[in-house]
Amino acid sequence: MNWDVIIKYLPRLADGAILTLELVAIAVIAGLILAIPMGIARASRNPWLRAVPYGYIFFFRGTPLLVQLFLVYYGLAQFDAVRNSSLWPYLRDPFWCTVLTMTLHTAAYIAEILRGALQAIPRGEVEAARALGMSKGKALYYILLPRAARIGLPAYSNEVILMLKASALASTVTLLELTGMARTIIARTYLPVEIFFAAGVFYLLISFVLVQGFKLLERWLRVDACQGR
Amino acid sequence: MAQATPALEIRNLHKRYGEQEILKGISLTARDGDVISILGSSGSGKSTLLRCINLLEHPHKGEILLAGESLKLKPAKNGDLIAADNRQINRLRSEIGFVFQNFNLWPHMSVLDNIIEAPRRVLGQSKAEAIEAAEALLNKVGIYDKRHAYPAQLSGGQQQRAAIARTLAMKPKVILFDEPTSALDPEMVQEVLNVIRALAEEGRTMLLVTHEMNFARQVSSEVIFLHQGLVEEQGSPQQVFENPTSARCKQFMSSHR
Repeated sequence: MNWDVIIKYLPRLADGAILTLELVAIAVIAGLILAIPMGIARASRNPWLRAVPYGYIFFFRGTPLLVQLFLVYYGLAQFDAVRNSSLWPYLRDPFWCTVLTMTLHTAAYIAEILRGALQAIPRGEVEAARALGMSKGKALYYILLPRAARIGLPAYSNEVILMLKASALASTVTLLELTGMARTIIARTYLPVEIFFAAGVFYLLISFVLVQGFKLLERWLRVDACQGR
Repeated sequence: MAQATPALEIRNLHKRYGEQEILKGISLTARDGDVISILGSSGSGKSTLLRCINLLEHPHKGEILLAGESLKLKPAKNGDLIAADNRQINRLRSEIGFVFQNFNLWPHMSVLDNIIEAPRRVLGQSKAEAIEAAEALLNKVGIYDKRHAYPAQLSGGQQQRAAIARTLAMKPKVILFDEPTSALDPEMVQEVLNVIRALAEEGRTMLLVTHEMNFARQVSSEVIFLHQGLVEEQGSPQQVFENPTSARCKQFMSSHR
């Protein structure tokens, strides 16, 4: 093991890790925002409302993230309308293409997590809110969403970890995030074991911090105390 | 002489699940201060009747009036009657307290938060106002010291008392109790019954579905015995418990001594 090379390239790998964190952070937060209305619609008792996000979720859960990324990065540029639009400065940028794809992809999963969480709320707790005179909207906003957040949080933290690892695909569209950076360094040093080992340690560290962070959040939200009733 | 408007009136209420008719035309009137106990064996439709009053279940025929105001209903595709006016049903529900068999407290909120949520969001009370009222109610039901605890940290009896306080915080005109002690360990039944008794003595209008025969006999102003979806026997507690006219009611009373 050539430790000197690892130490020498640590700062570059750290730069890559920062880009990885940016991609994941934007994707899981924007994905969550996008997923909330879809998850609510999916949990609705109205079949028409349920059907609206169904096609979206079917597509993004049913196809590989890599394919989606290529479709956005290579595919969108084929359309004149896209190239002439005001969004083109963003859509030709691999960073924004990746952020967009990861957001749309994870939103589909988070929407299903939220649907499951809303449907897991015991019926009686919903009835209690309605029996006190809360409208559907008030019950949803003040009681059910906070309740569902606690039920869905462990699954959401899992999704965040999955997106951390999925972000490695960004290296295929020229982004120098952690994996992309590692591959670039390896092309220069011919030391794949050392550099991928170091990159792996970075991934482990990031997921360790994320897991601990979610653990704290779960404790703060008293997730355990709400389960198993 | 003009009769005072009844607090709650139900006229000819029918409810069916699929082909099975659970309620076959129930009428009852609760005047202000009445405590009406609804008895009957399981499957007689007691809980369904109570849940139809605030539309947790949908009847398919009948009329419900709260303080003279008729609940506006319209038929849905499957024949159920559903609320025709969402604002009205939400307002009427806020005026009809409902205490569940399983308490149904929200487990992610402290006892105090459980109680202040609806007064703030539905009645528009300020937080300080709602907390003050909630603390007084918690005192009244005897769990003031548990106000910052979470439902999972309370015994069943304490949870049910918290749920009663949550209902009282809405200042309901009528309170419906759906087997409030059936999910409790025997030693906790009494503490909940004491709270309900105190409410009865305050002159609150209440409908009570229960299996606690002695209690029903002591607190009720009227007892209704349901059998197969119909009112089989109705009258003062003394009459229903001691001199029931129907054979079915007689049999029920003698098996529940």
